[in-house]
Amino acid sequence: MKQTETDTAVLDQRLAAWDRKELLNGCQAVAQGVRLADVDVISAYPIRPYTEVMDALSKLIADGKLDAEYIIADSEHSQFEIVKHASSVGARAFAGSSGTGWMYGFEALVVTATDRLPPLFLVGNRALDDPGAFGVEHNDAMALRDMGWLLCWATTAQEALEHVLIGYRVAEDSRVRMPMALAMDGAFLTHSQHMVQVPTEEAVARFLPRYDLGPRRLHPDNPISIAPQVNEDWVMELRRQNWEAARRAKGVIVQAYQEFNEIFGERYATPFFSEFMTDDAETVLIGVGAVAMPARTAVRRLREQGRKVGYIGLRWFRPFPTEELRECLSRFRAVGVLDRNFAHGSPDCGGIVLHDVRSCLYPLASRPAVVNFIGGLGGRDISIADCTRMLEITGKAAERAGDEETVTWIGLRE
Amino acid sequence: MSTGLPVIKYDKIKGVKNTPHEEFYTSGHRTCQGCESAMVMRQFAKASGPRTIATGSTGCMYVANTSYQTTPWIIPWMHTQLGAGGASAVGMAAGLRALMRKGKLPEEKINVINFSGDLGGGDMGLSGVSGALQSDYDLLIIMYDNESAANTDIQATGLTTYGAQTTFTPPGQKHRIMARRWKKNVAGMLAVGHPTCRYVATASATYPALDFLNKVRKALAIGGPTFIHTFDPCPKGWDFHPRYSHELGELGIKSGIFPLFEVIDGKVIYSYDPRKKGRVPVREYLEKQGRFAHLVDEDVDYIQQMVDKMWEEWEVPGVAPFRGNLNSAQK
Ligand SMILES: Cc1ncc(C[n+]2csc(CCOP(=O)(O)OP(=O)(O)O)c2C)c(N)n1
Ligand code: SF4
Ligand SMILES: [Mg+2]
Repeated sequence: MKQTETDTAVLDQRLAAWDRKELLNGCQAVAQGVRLADVDVISAYPIRPYTEVMDALSKLIADGKLDAEYIIADSEHSQFEIVKHASSVGARAFAGSSGTGWMYGFEALVVTATDRLPPLFLVGNRALDDPGAFGVEHNDAMALRDMGWLLCWATTAQEALEHVLIGYRVAEDSRVRMPMALAMDGAFLTHSQHMVQVPTEEAVARFLPRYDLGPRRLHPDNPISIAPQVNEDWVMELRRQNWEAARRAKGVIVQAYQEFNEIFGERYATPFFSEFMTDDAETVLIGVGAVAMPARTAVRRLREQGRKVGYIGLRWFRPFPTEELRECLSRFRAVGVLDRNFAHGSPDCGGIVLHDVRSCLYPLASRPAVVNFIGGLGGRDISIADCTRMLEITGKAAERAGDEETVTWIGLRE
Repeated sequence: MSTGLPVIKYDKIKGVKNTPHEEFYTSGHRTCQGCESAMVMRQFAKASGPRTIATGSTGCMYVANTSYQTTPWIIPWMHTQLGAGGASAVGMAAGLRALMRKGKLPEEKINVINFSGDLGGGDMGLSGVSGALQSDYDLLIIMYDNESAANTDIQATGLTTYGAQTTFTPPGQKHRIMARRWKKNVAGMLAVGHPTCRYVATASATYPALDFLNKVRKALAIGGPTFIHTFDPCPKGWDFHPRYSHELGELGIKSGIFPLFEVIDGKVIYSYDPRKKGRVPVREYLEKQGRFAHLVDEDVDYIQQMVDKMWEEWEVPGVAPFRGNLNSAQK
């Protein structure tokens, strides 16, 4: 979306939407988003690297800057059930986790979606034990992909703050009502500091309406029964309703970004993924999360040498932007999919993003060549040189489609 | 230790004829004939009344109780996961408190009650129940104990009586007794472990009459997190004729195998004190149930001996198994 607005009153209003600039890491930026969303119930449990958001929130509450119930849970399972049930009585709720903690509470995550409740969770991506590793790997959040959740990645602390607001806005919309997972790369984003613009409460209030569960809110004045046993009689119809909600969510997401841009300035050109130097590109890399930073630098340097390369940062993984991505990727000769996760034993033993991207491209009569990279597991750095190499391998795939390896492990000690 | 909202004034129900007529758990469920756990549901809802929100953990009181489009619940109700009883109550109480404090919901005292089974509340969800009892929310957790994972076809839990036959503990030619664990003392453990929790009790839905109704009311009126463990004969799991459910409950209490007490602000009050009223032999309770049909004299003697110890040697009889004459040592 190009900025065509010349009305200075509108521009002034957009400038006024920002309160101050602050040096914040990803977790602290999310905490500011939670404060601005006026969240009612927060439940905490410690695990690196997401924990720092809970440290920041407890301090905001202690200082009287946020009015919320703050519950230190006995486990992630309880933590997630607490926010699920708080959400069912009409409270805006927040929790989060990382790695094995996320998996420990997984049962509760699954039912939050089937109960069609919209709390927001931060996933500070972390490798799954064993052996122990604190570093980023996306398998924790990716485990949600078939569970009826909204799932999106932030690439900067600024985006993280803004996606708390966009996340609640989409999740709570009566056409959607799905739980929202906002993921960020452990360490690379959760703990790296950026200058973050913090919006004003007034501007946020214009963007994010109050949470209203309507006729599904549990209260003595609305004595409904939620989630009674249905068995084969109704499960298919209910699954279909989840499916319809996920489809409607796409339109709601588009609308949310439009209104976000109107209130806060043209921050997002496209809602579902970002494009970097793709205009006349022939070869692109598509990745998820904070790897955007080295990838963009690699692209810029290769561009300086006259190479037609670009980078696509996939922001929303659920709902998957099928049509949008198909249209976008069909412009290129070769696409390299970078997975910071693994899907053991899957087709080509590739990554999770590979499979969705390939299946999204399948109906095209003429498809770009698609190769896959597994990299950065357990928090291993993905360097600019790694990104350059991936772009080069992808470029070669365009030349001699067919005889190359589909999956390449990048940065692997051989 | 409470919301600071005026507590609901509950009158003690005196005399069966004065039991409220309104039902908040009615037709629609399909529990077995003679199901005492269903009686627990009916009674707690009657005692707490319409300004209540309930959550029910997975188990018979979910699956056999609440089918889509035939809910028996007049009060608002929500399913919660098997081990999530404590967390469900905390989440709802926290949500209501925040919404009321922030002016998003009219202020009023709403009872938040979770019921979980012996497996859900006493084994899997014990840590969550403990978390709830450490909180400062007004909530009540009722652990309805039918001494098995009844819904999944009667498997032994940590609260199944020693020796009982279940589908996980069948008597066999090599091992007569597969259920070798002594029943977990959940109410006692929770009372001992949560000094700021003001009310922990055990109860039976029907004996003594009105006892359970009044315990629910006491728990709700005292404020803060509270806990009641009920003892629920289950005709299917215990293998007896449904006609005798109440009698079996009564026998369990009179034999002393299930102690009936309240711990209010740390003070122990026996609702039925077998030391004063005498104990009937546990054999009379055991022999009426098919699940104990394979026991021999030696097994019955062992159970009797354990029950004797509970009343004669425990420092706090029926509640806490400490020994060593702590009381007399003080003197
Ligand atoms: C996490 C999980 N594990 C296992 C089950 C299967 N399950 C459903 S009900 C049940 C038994 C519950 O026993 P209890 O809590 O004593 O309740 P009851 O059925 O006896 O009423 C089990 C094991 C489940 N629903 N969820
Ligand atoms: S199996 Fe037992 S607990 Fe379950 S409905 Fe039947 S009597 Fe009640
Ligand atoms: Mg049971």
